[in-house]
Amino acid sequence: MGLFILRRFGVMLLTALCLTFVVFFLTNLYPNLEKLAKTQGNQRMSDEQVSAWLENRGYRQPMLVKYGQWLGVAPGFSKTLDDGQFVGTCVRPGQTKEETPNFCGILQGEWGYSTVFKDEVGGIVAKRLGNTGYLMFWVLVLMVPSALLVGVLAGMREGTVMDRSLSTFSIITTATPEYVSGVVFIAIFASSTVGLKWFKGTATQAMDNPTFENFFLPVLTIALYGMGYIARMTRASMTEVMTAQYIRTARLKGVSFPNIVMKHALRNALIAPFTVIMLQFPWLLNGVVIVETLFNYKGFGWALVQAAENNDIQLLLAISVVSVIVVLVTQLISDIGYVYLNPRIRIS
Amino acid sequence: MEPLNGFQITLRILYQFSSVWIALLLLFALSLAFKRRLGLYGKLFDSPIGMIGFGLVMFWVFTGIFGAMDLIVTHDPLTQVSGMKNKVPGTPVPGAEAGEYPWYLLGGDNLARDVFSRMIKGAWIVVQIAPLATLFAFMVGITLGLPAGYYGGRLDTFLSFLANLILAFPVILLFYLLVTPEIIETGVPSYMAAVLFVFPIVFLGVLLNSRYFTRPNFRTPLLIGVLGTAIWLYLAMISTGGYIISTKTYSIPGLPGVLDPFDVPGGILVVFVSVVFVNSPTVFRIVRGLAMDIKTRDYVAAAQTRGEGPWYIMLWEILPNARGPLIVDFCLRIGYTTILLGTLGFFGLGLPPESPDWGSTINEGRKLLSIYLHPALPPALALLSLVLGLNLLADGLREESLKD
Repeated sequence: MGLFILRRFGVMLLTALCLTFVVFFLTNLYPNLEKLAKTQGNQRMSDEQVSAWLENRGYRQPMLVKYGQWLGVAPGFSKTLDDGQFVGTCVRPGQTKEETPNFCGILQGEWGYSTVFKDEVGGIVAKRLGNTGYLMFWVLVLMVPSALLVGVLAGMREGTVMDRSLSTFSIITTATPEYVSGVVFIAIFASSTVGLKWFKGTATQAMDNPTFENFFLPVLTIALYGMGYIARMTRASMTEVMTAQYIRTARLKGVSFPNIVMKHALRNALIAPFTVIMLQFPWLLNGVVIVETLFNYKGFGWALVQAAENNDIQLLLAISVVSVIVVLVTQLISDIGYVYLNPRIRIS
Repeated sequence: MEPLNGFQITLRILYQFSSVWIALLLLFALSLAFKRRLGLYGKLFDSPIGMIGFGLVMFWVFTGIFGAMDLIVTHDPLTQVSGMKNKVPGTPVPGAEAGEYPWYLLGGDNLARDVFSRMIKGAWIVVQIAPLATLFAFMVGITLGLPAGYYGGRLDTFLSFLANLILAFPVILLFYLLVTPEIIETGVPSYMAAVLFVFPIVFLGVLLNSRYFTRPNFRTPLLIGVLGTAIWLYLAMISTGGYIISTKTYSIPGLPGVLDPFDVPGGILVVFVSVVFVNSPTVFRIVRGLAMDIKTRDYVAAAQTRGEGPWYIMLWEILPNARGPLIVDFCLRIGYTTILLGTLGFFGLGLPPESPDWGSTINEGRKLLSIYLHPALPPALALLSLVLGLNLLADGLREESLKD
């Protein structure tokens, strides 16, 4: 087991390195750099000025050198311009030559400087992740119990009216992407002309002061899309367990139906959904980006959109590192949890 | 001209769709009459869920096709009529001449265009791209997944690592990295198209070669014909205006314009490529899993004993036996691709902003959502019903294929 986890960590590290290099490569292509130079410097810069701007700030070094600098294995680039301005990869605004460290990369704990937000990337990501973490917490609180409930209720008596209607419900939720359900919910619950006016159509205030009124719609929108899939998995595994020999034995012994479901079937039926819930995290991440854009909630997904639209290289890299880690760690947990919950399965 | 009330709007919309109703009726009547002779497709009509799903899907397919033929649409989806900005459904068009449709059935959007016609035209974009992109993703996934599952070992480790690499990317980040005007300028999508579109050719070539390997007299002309057409289509697809890749600094010449029957617009190509790219690793994983399972069966051992080549076994023994789950996944994946296309539109990536596809329309409509509902809701519900139909269809197919 220890060796297995160690190997998985090795693969994880390699994956993160490859992925960040891909992101690095794509964001450092010349047209992207040109866009960066124009947004940072001046929209009306000529081609020569753009080239000089990039040259002076170390963006025209070879790709691998720049990647090394970001990782912190190569010394940072710095240069004193003709007008006495001191610039470089490690230089923060207002810093002098003496204050600037030689290396500034991931290995030194430096995530870089965001060109959009004019702030340390580490701080931005932490703050936005906090917002999104809060959102995700409530999504999970809403999604997991209701999905399991729907799945178990549908799967415990296969083919009944309850099964049919709950299954249809879960199919509908899996067929509704967040940008559709969000729009429909806003139309029904939040529109100022028609509709019920129960909730607010934006979650901007929810960042400082989350209330049920301004926070429930975004949570519901994300939870609903993920819910159907988990519910269907739970239903499938529940129906399979309910036809097992030991359930039949229990029924023949005269155990009451609620008792069979609660004490005999549930434990075994919940193994498969567990892995599914864990593997849902990457999908939830997608939903978060859409919902945060739709409801204007300034979290991780919102930061991703801002960084990508403005080609904020270092923020984008930090965001991809975080999301890759989330994806891979949940995969690891789901593998370990699967083995832990189901002793019949051994890692080969 | 009086504004229409809700009942009149419904009636008129139903009437606009009359060509679709006729096509659907014909299709269902024919299918029900001959369902015993139509294999798995016919069996679909035994399951009510499958029938509902198939009906919904075909409704949008017919709508897309007839909409492209200008049968259903009432106005041009790009024309702006002054005075119709954000008008509610059923508003009469001011100064409509004879022969023009006198109402905006589902109202006007914030640029005073007809919401109803835009929704219909949007269906055509989805119907064109989603199935084809899914098919390409399947070709890529099958061509790489079969050898990975069959041979295992180093090849499998390498390909699985690559697939997991792509899967570890959040889809939206990938879209933001690939589908921007700056990236299109560098030609990266064109390179990706050139690589990804090779796979269908490889697939076809290997498929036919492994089957007719022992009959060279038949195989050689067949391969020349099929591959010749496929390579011509391939070149026509990836080259635009005589160049495969043309950037400011350099260009790679492709098929000359005379032989190039169609140009894929840059926006569509990059959307297509990125959707194929995102979908293929998942297909790869499914095919690999199925191949690993099926290669232990007796009929595979029998084929190996007969001395059949590995590609024959993969493509003509393993693949046909994996078709059940693959067909079901194909339906689900078209739905997922539709969702992805909507996501791209929602973030304003790829397709031009005035394009009537559902995602872009939702994105535009959401900005004024709390005041005007009608521009955003029709495309949202259209997308929902199409994806729902595909999901139900997949469910029906799964049920019926399990009965065998």
